Amino acid sequence: MQIKSPTKRMLPLWLMVLPGILYLLVNNYIPMIGVFIAFKKVHYSKPLWLNEWAGWDNFQFLFASPDAYIIVRNTLLYNAAFIILNLIFALFIAVMLNELKNKLMKKAYQSILLLPFLLSFGVVGYLVFAFLSAEHGFINTNILQPLGMEPIEWYMNPDYWPYILVVVQSWKTAGYLSVIYLAAIVGINSEYYEAARMDGANKWTQIMKITIPLIKPVIIIMTLLAIGRIFYADFGLFYQVPMNTGRLLPTTNVIDTYVYRALIQTGDVGMSAAAGLFQSVLGFTLVLLANYTVRKIDKENALF
Amino acid sequence: MDKSQAISQPHRGSARAKERLYELAVNLAFILLCLVFLAPIILIVIVSFSDERSVVLNGYSYFPDKFSLEAYKFILREPDSMLKSYGVTITTTIIGALTGLLLTALLAYPLSRRDFKARNVVAFYVFFTMLFNGGLVPWYIFYAKYVGIGDTFFALIVPNLLLTGFHVMIMRTFFVNTIPVSILESAEIDGAGEWRIFFQIVLPLSLPVLATIGLFATLGYWNDWFNSLIFINKPDLFSLQYLMTKLLLNIQFLAMNTQNSNMMELLANMPKETVRMAMAIIGAGPIVLAYPFFQRYLIQGLTIGAVKG
Repeated sequence: MQIKSPTKRMLPLWLMVLPGILYLLVNNYIPMIGVFIAFKKVHYSKPLWLNEWAGWDNFQFLFASPDAYIIVRNTLLYNAAFIILNLIFALFIAVMLNELKNKLMKKAYQSILLLPFLLSFGVVGYLVFAFLSAEHGFINTNILQPLGMEPIEWYMNPDYWPYILVVVQSWKTAGYLSVIYLAAIVGINSEYYEAARMDGANKWTQIMKITIPLIKPVIIIMTLLAIGRIFYADFGLFYQVPMNTGRLLPTTNVIDTYVYRALIQTGDVGMSAAAGLFQSVLGFTLVLLANYTVRKIDKENALF
Repeated sequence: MDKSQAISQPHRGSARAKERLYELAVNLAFILLCLVFLAPIILIVIVSFSDERSVVLNGYSYFPDKFSLEAYKFILREPDSMLKSYGVTITTTIIGALTGLLLTALLAYPLSRRDFKARNVVAFYVFFTMLFNGGLVPWYIFYAKYVGIGDTFFALIVPNLLLTGFHVMIMRTFFVNTIPVSILESAEIDGAGEWRIFFQIVLPLSLPVLATIGLFATLGYWNDWFNSLIFINKPDLFSLQYLMTKLLLNIQFLAMNTQNSNMMELLANMPKETVRMAMAIIGAGPIVLAYPFFQRYLIQGLTIGAVKG
């Protein structure tokens, strides 16, 4: 067996990581350098780095516009609602699934509840439209009309959309989150429950005194990670489900959809980049903070 | 102790009956919940098989006056747009998921090797992309204006979807935990090179994680409409999901692409409402039909992803 030098021995391993490193360079690191666009007056006629500096102008314009308040408020409030309701709903499903003795039924229910997770927001847009379309939608034609009520123009009035989007989001993610909580619950030693039963504890007491406290670390971690992403919104949910309707923007515009529209539709590249950078920096800070907190609670589950 | 001894036979029987009643109640609650979850999907399936006239008269209903295959027949009569976007999506999904899977494994494996000295630096390089990103604007401008990826096939494969730090980290954890160092060492002593070890030993031992990440990648490509939305203007390159989102806003788009000379007549006769819903079924169908077969890997993957990722 010939002995190779350490560098030569490592060469194949370097060749293996190379394509991935290059990909992340192109897809992630070069765009990171590009955040300077937020401080430029952008004209596509010149290469970006040759554009004139704008200082904080883009940010000033952004925060002077009424949009800034709306998109930050919407992003934060929706995420706060999602975090709380998802937790309650998913935990409820997971706890109840764990009560089932029949494994086959348990699997079947879990699979069905997870199904919405697989659908693209393109499809979800159709599903919502089938219910809400003013002309033929199920709710107007088959619920309100038979009850003698006036049909509702769902896609015309922004007031309905906070509720609609929260319901759609819950429907889409509850199954996924319950899979994670159920995995944690299944890991609980069954002796605890046996002991509790001996002491005459009923189901409710068992759930509140054993299940919930024992999976508390998972609950806290999942919640903190979600808080770390509170400045990010799911573009598909806020773009496809309201069908990109201008009239609904007061309650459906979030940072991600604003950045997209400013960039592609209205061509406000500077403001769009400023909003994007604002989101990235706050998002980054919050992820670090969330991780720091997770570390304090349980080192094992910290991201880093 | 006293209490449990005191329980008489009939009492225990009633406890069991109570237990059974409880199970029944939980099952009923789940059946109800599952029906609510499936309700929107069932609705569009029924509408897609409904007679257009009954939809126009009575709206989208679970109990149409008449069933009909007209919507599907119409799409099959003018299948150009649909077939093209199916072709685009199937091709990008296969090429993208396979390439992405290979790149992910290639990047993750050296990071699992203790003797690869640079592993911590490279791991941080990968990991940092999960924490910070430059946002949509520089990312879009770089791809669109500097790479010139717009209206090319690559726009559907490369941006964002090919490889993610998260998947690399999941795979590395799997390699660290399940591939015994002794196997790698003995293969090396037998004279196997690193590439041979990777392809003939590491990958075959890692089928569960390859299946899981491959599944996530497949779902990512199949469900993607975002890359089409921002990079593609040519209808020939629309992914299936993107074509669907276009059709939701404007169902006539389906017939605009046609070679058929009497387009006006075609549009006038189109059962618009049912065709629309049939398109949703055609777009979501394959994933839903394949779901029972990959469901195990999905649940497995979601669990490792969340707890260990």
